[in-house]
Amino acid sequence: MQRKISRRTILQGSSALALTGVFASPIRAAAPPASSITPELIAAAKKEGKVVWYTSVDLKLAQQIGKAFEAKFPGVACRVERTGAERVFQRIGQEYSSNIHAVDVVNTSDAAHVVVWKRNGWLAPYVPEDVAKYYPDEHKDADGTYASFRIFLSVIAYNTNLVKKEEAPKSFADLLDPKWKGKIVKAHPGYSGTIMTATFQIARDLGWEYFEKLAQQNIMQIQSASDPPKKLALGERAVQADGVEYLVLRLKETGQPIEPVYATEGSPLIIGPNAMFKGAPNPNAARLFQSYCFTAEAQQLCIDIGGLRSAHPHTKEKAGRMPFASIKKMKDDAEGVERTAAEIKERYTKIFKV
Amino acid sequence: MTIALPRRIERRPISFDLSKPTLYAFAALLCVLIVLPMSWLVYYSLVDPSGTLTLDNFRQLFSEPAFLDPLLTTFIVATGSSFFCCLVAAPMGWLVARTNLPAARTIRALVTASFVTPPFLGAIAWEFLAAPNSGLLNKLYRALTGAEQDAYLFNIYTLSGLIFVICCYTFPYVFVLIANALDRIPGELEDASSNLGARVWTTARRITIPLALPALLAGALVAFLQAMTLFGSPAILALPAGFHTMTTKIWSLFQYPPKPELAAAASLPLLILTVMLLRAQHFILGRRGYSVVGGKSGNPRLIPLGRMKWVAFAACMAVLLLPVILPYAALFNAAFSPIATTLLTPGNATLQNVRFVFFELSATSLALKNTFILGALAATFGTVLALMISYLTTRKVVAGHQALGFLATAPIAIPGIVLGVGLFLAYTRPPLVLYGTLWILLLAYLTIELPAAYQQMQSAFRAVHSELEDASRILGATRLQSLRHVTAPLLRTSVIATWCFIFVSVIRELSAAIILFTSQTKVVSVLIFDLKESGDLGAIAVLGLCMLAITFMVVILINRISGFGGNLRRVAG
Repeated sequence: MQRKISRRTILQGSSALALTGVFASPIRAAAPPASSITPELIAAAKKEGKVVWYTSVDLKLAQQIGKAFEAKFPGVACRVERTGAERVFQRIGQEYSSNIHAVDVVNTSDAAHVVVWKRNGWLAPYVPEDVAKYYPDEHKDADGTYASFRIFLSVIAYNTNLVKKEEAPKSFADLLDPKWKGKIVKAHPGYSGTIMTATFQIARDLGWEYFEKLAQQNIMQIQSASDPPKKLALGERAVQADGVEYLVLRLKETGQPIEPVYATEGSPLIIGPNAMFKGAPNPNAARLFQSYCFTAEAQQLCIDIGGLRSAHPHTKEKAGRMPFASIKKMKDDAEGVERTAAEIKERYTKIFKV
Repeated sequence: MTIALPRRIERRPISFDLSKPTLYAFAALLCVLIVLPMSWLVYYSLVDPSGTLTLDNFRQLFSEPAFLDPLLTTFIVATGSSFFCCLVAAPMGWLVARTNLPAARTIRALVTASFVTPPFLGAIAWEFLAAPNSGLLNKLYRALTGAEQDAYLFNIYTLSGLIFVICCYTFPYVFVLIANALDRIPGELEDASSNLGARVWTTARRITIPLALPALLAGALVAFLQAMTLFGSPAILALPAGFHTMTTKIWSLFQYPPKPELAAAASLPLLILTVMLLRAQHFILGRRGYSVVGGKSGNPRLIPLGRMKWVAFAACMAVLLLPVILPYAALFNAAFSPIATTLLTPGNATLQNVRFVFFELSATSLALKNTFILGALAATFGTVLALMISYLTTRKVVAGHQALGFLATAPIAIPGIVLGVGLFLAYTRPPLVLYGTLWILLLAYLTIELPAAYQQMQSAFRAVHSELEDASRILGATRLQSLRHVTAPLLRTSVIATWCFIFVSVIRELSAAIILFTSQTKVVSVLIFDLKESGDLGAIAVLGLCMLAITFMVVILINRISGFGGNLRRVAG
């Protein structure tokens, strides 16, 4: 099934919008000129008073980013609407087809989503100064509608109280060992964009047989990719088959008994773009927030307290973490995910039953 | 009054009796509330995504394992829950109603507490207690026995775990039905049996049990329905274990890419089964008349339990540990300890979760606001609606009032999630696009709460004799005037109780809200479910405790006014 909002759904409440979905031709204009944070922009944003950010980044981090923004620009509140990326995608689709324009800026962990939104003509071209000046081409849209806000991996990890370092799995293949039966926790691609992307990359590189065998391990199936590290910290399961790297790092650095494993086959690479909507109810606050998100300051905050990676060359990696360049990664392919998402969900549900 | 008389008579010719138009208005309103969403539900179940008529949705529903398995699971869960609820609630109801059990009031209060506890919150609390590795009870077990690291006593992520948790929050329905039935059995019948030489057991077997049996069967049906239509508990406990029930399956059909046609088709079996079972219950309860032939009889005589009474008391308290005491303690622990299932000590106690929920989480204030607005509006509109409809039906004001009574009770047969699907289908389209507004949630809550509110107001009306109204009418008031100035003040207590009752039910509702919410219309129950999916357990505990605190304040308020047991019974009925 094609992953377009223009599909026939019950949601075609507003025929006008549905038509936009069908007929809007992709924007082929070059990216607009770079925009910096000007006093006029700040004043206009303050007049609007708030920005609504739909995101799938872990809730605590999302709120910390929101608070940092509020502290920097007092008078502009940041309302965080956090759920799994696939839910964010469904929610925006459902809201837009009911003519509800609530979202200003979106951040998703499934880069395929911005491809769809851009094709629908929903995204506003806007290039923050930092993106124009410093971001490498592969981390920004040529038409200026989105850029990579966060970069991270989906990793295996284990609870160090329950598993000795020597016995810890080193690869995806290791997870299929019978000794892990009943001890693995795993997130869901129908909820999480991270897991959707990771499932695509693993199925492409290792084949669906890997998942069929993993399903025999009596895994604990949870939803969000930021939940497996939390389940490890609780000691509820010994090993996570997938989950966000940044939270594993964050929990480890706050003293929790958890350790990431960078699989020998390569770890799925997740790109989380930020984009602004044309129909944003608070357009100036949205521009301000989008600009802020890509500043070296905000990016460094995401690295330091969040455990994320950044495409901004003026940021520094935190000591004690595996340098990003030295990790073996799987290749990301947003278009590939976009083409096969519905099939992945269906196949996954068949294999794992939920 | 004599002074007022001439003036009122003068007014009479110009005042117009509004009762007929009122009746039609309410009937129309109820039709919109119920018939519209249900019609869309049936329509959608019979079409394919392009809108052509087909039976394909039902073919898929009854042939694919992806649907047959949840159907079977739901049946097992509902039957199992119903059986175990009766097994626990029947003896408890008997002990509380017919014996000199100590602290019977406390036990009734704790049953009420488990009744008002949101089932999804209970399910989350039971994860804290009985998740196989991190659960507090399993940790305790390992600490006491020195068992291995991955040994466990309980695993809540199983079919039996799910049935157990559902029972915890469903048995109050059965308990109240049985306790009320036993309260009404005239003690003389039992005395007569003993006087004629029957022993205690013979009396129980020949008199008490047969008289209480209809209530027990009704209770079993109600428990079956509850377990079948519950969404929160299976979503929390069954999905991690890798299985679906019908409600979670219907909900999953709303995830991307949404399949509303299949969701509609999957909702219909739940709807039809509910209607059938309620008919069966009506049939069974309808024959209960023989049990109260005795006319006015004294209070039933309490059976002295002797020394056994402390054993019985301990057993009751042990049962009530499970839905109330242990889960509340686990929630409290999770709210103030650094990690949800780490045992709270004075050394590690922290307010970080409280700070997070109230000062960092930007969704909190909106969700609380929405919940209060919806609770207050639904309670107000629901009470007024119930009041007016009960008046029209109990006073038999106009022809056709029976239809109104039927419409007002009909939503009891609509499971929350089915109503959610129906409302979604009906109001995401022109002319009335309510999706994305609080109105659609208000409609859902009104519809769900109306039957209980109506039954409650109806019995209140029956208690107020119509001669008072007749007097007012003779003096020249119209029906609506006499309703306002005479009847309404007399019903004040019931009105307040009904209002509070709807309010409490609204704030714990999840299954319809989960289908209907948008980012701006999120309510607390949905926020808790969101937090559950991302694993933010400390925040859930804090929000959950707030929810319980609000609930108990309202419940205590009702208790000051009237017995809450009466309300509970009417809901269960």
